Amino acid sequence: METKYIGKDGIEKWFNAIVASGKRVFAPVNARGQVDFKPVKKLSEVAGDYIQTTQSIKASVYPKAEVLFSYEKVNGKVNLTDFDPESVPETVLWKVHPCDAAGFKPLSAIFNWDTADKLHNAHLIKTSVISFSCAAADESCFCTSVNGSPGNTSGSDIQLTMLPDGGAIAEILSPKGEALVALLPSVFEADKGEKKEKYLVDLPARFNLEEVNAKLNKAFDSTVWKEQSERCLGCGACAFVCPTCACFDIQEDAHGSKGRRIRCWDACGFAMFTLHTSGHNPREHQSQRWRQRILHKFSYMPERLSVVGCTGCGRCSRACPVDMNILEHITSIAKQ
Amino acid sequence: MKKLRDRAAELLSQGVVSLVIGYEEGTKRPRPLFCRNSESTEKLIFDSRCFHNLAVYITKKELVGKEHFAVTAPISTLRSIMQLYVENQLSEEKLLVITVDLSGELREFTTFDEIAAYVAQFELKRGEREQEILTKIEGMSREERWKFWMEEMSHCFKCYACRSACPLCYCSKCVVEVNRPQWINPWPAPLANMEWHINRAMHMVGRCTACGACGDACPVGIPIDLITRKMMEDLAPEFGYVPGQPAKQGNALSSWKLDDREQFIR
Repeated sequence: METKYIGKDGIEKWFNAIVASGKRVFAPVNARGQVDFKPVKKLSEVAGDYIQTTQSIKASVYPKAEVLFSYEKVNGKVNLTDFDPESVPETVLWKVHPCDAAGFKPLSAIFNWDTADKLHNAHLIKTSVISFSCAAADESCFCTSVNGSPGNTSGSDIQLTMLPDGGAIAEILSPKGEALVALLPSVFEADKGEKKEKYLVDLPARFNLEEVNAKLNKAFDSTVWKEQSERCLGCGACAFVCPTCACFDIQEDAHGSKGRRIRCWDACGFAMFTLHTSGHNPREHQSQRWRQRILHKFSYMPERLSVVGCTGCGRCSRACPVDMNILEHITSIAKQ
Repeated sequence: MKKLRDRAAELLSQGVVSLVIGYEEGTKRPRPLFCRNSESTEKLIFDSRCFHNLAVYITKKELVGKEHFAVTAPISTLRSIMQLYVENQLSEEKLLVITVDLSGELREFTTFDEIAAYVAQFELKRGEREQEILTKIEGMSREERWKFWMEEMSHCFKCYACRSACPLCYCSKCVVEVNRPQWINPWPAPLANMEWHINRAMHMVGRCTACGACGDACPVGIPIDLITRKMMEDLAPEFGYVPGQPAKQGNALSSWKLDDREQFIR
């Protein structure tokens, strides 16, 4: 790891060099009253003043819908066309928040739990992450409560910390990061010795993860799930904006003798998610589905995959139409 | 507020109802509250910020059970309750509807007719946001409208928050989940999204009461409430309905009359 300084003009030149290299660049763009990741060509398109994008960058490594394989029956013979990892373009994610970059680790842990997931890994290999540390947060943010921080570098290839002169401290964190620097090395100057911490938002932790985990271990039969989930409408908004939610469905796009098999986003909050063909549903009530969501993130994943399934980005709380606020709910469990 | 809290506490402690559905302060704005004992009624609030349509909960069996219950209802919720009565989804004996009128007095309704008489005083008007976007859309050509909505729908990721927030989406199996045959492609993609939203809109024609809950719930900001709203505005005069005033004669597109003025339907 190496720390450098990059000036204001240097940032723009470097950004242009990345675009000129032919890689796809996704960055937060303010459009339709929302800030979300979109393909960009110019730095001026990138959104400035906002706390959080509505959606996470999850879709870049786990698309909403992706073809696993396609097939066609010709003269009694079936031709299969498998997913081609080479079809995934080189992608750079610009201005990712540390809580989003940190989401790659839990997401990959799920997709590589037993069998290595070819699709997810193909995207991951081709994706470079340039994160920007956070100078601001809002009341939904709680990264510091879930092993993160406004300057957390997990999942990032380069992290920029913006300085008052418009330049930035550039932490080059991986070979992918070095390759991005190599596109225009002249704009990277020697580190000026500025302390990164000075420019990060102060975000005190709101709960203790170990305490929460200990409480959750005994909470399976608690009444808390029903109490908290009464107002939950059972939609998938929280899961779909989440950087770590990985539930998927497999669908068939069949047209006579040919078709495609598609993997698309699903959510454990949906009533149909666990519905068996027999008609039996092991998670029949919304309270059971809410319990699954919380336990999966804060108990099952730490236990089985050694990683917390929540990065504290707060998107679920912001997206929920009925104010199912995850920070409030976890804090209340911690206090019980 | 005190009157509402006292009355709710009284209803619960006297066993008139076993549940009062209302609003409490949330972390950003008021949110639904479920009071099952008189202590919890201390949290009840009711003011102009109470926007969420609580009628969405009253058809959920796992919440309301078989007991008598009460719901606090602003005008938009009252309209949805009327529509649910029209569709035979509610029983007048089980449900007590409470509102706070413009003078701050509590009003209680136990029948459809009482609610209808009260709601008739309030004309359904477009708000500033609705007026602005609908005026823009009404000024478009058909091709421009298609382009506008295709672009908007391309942002949909099928979380179905619109469906979940709608009091009138109470089907136990939604058309989008029927897979034999599979009417609608269930994955998110521009055309598959449009298929879902056209279906949703068509199932709402003559039923939507323009509460705006679907548009409010959409996490990606698609103004989907305006589709069903506009359809209601266009349809109501053709069929002799008052927008936002569900009538006992039934839904425009699912009722049938011997003396219909249209020849083809008789």
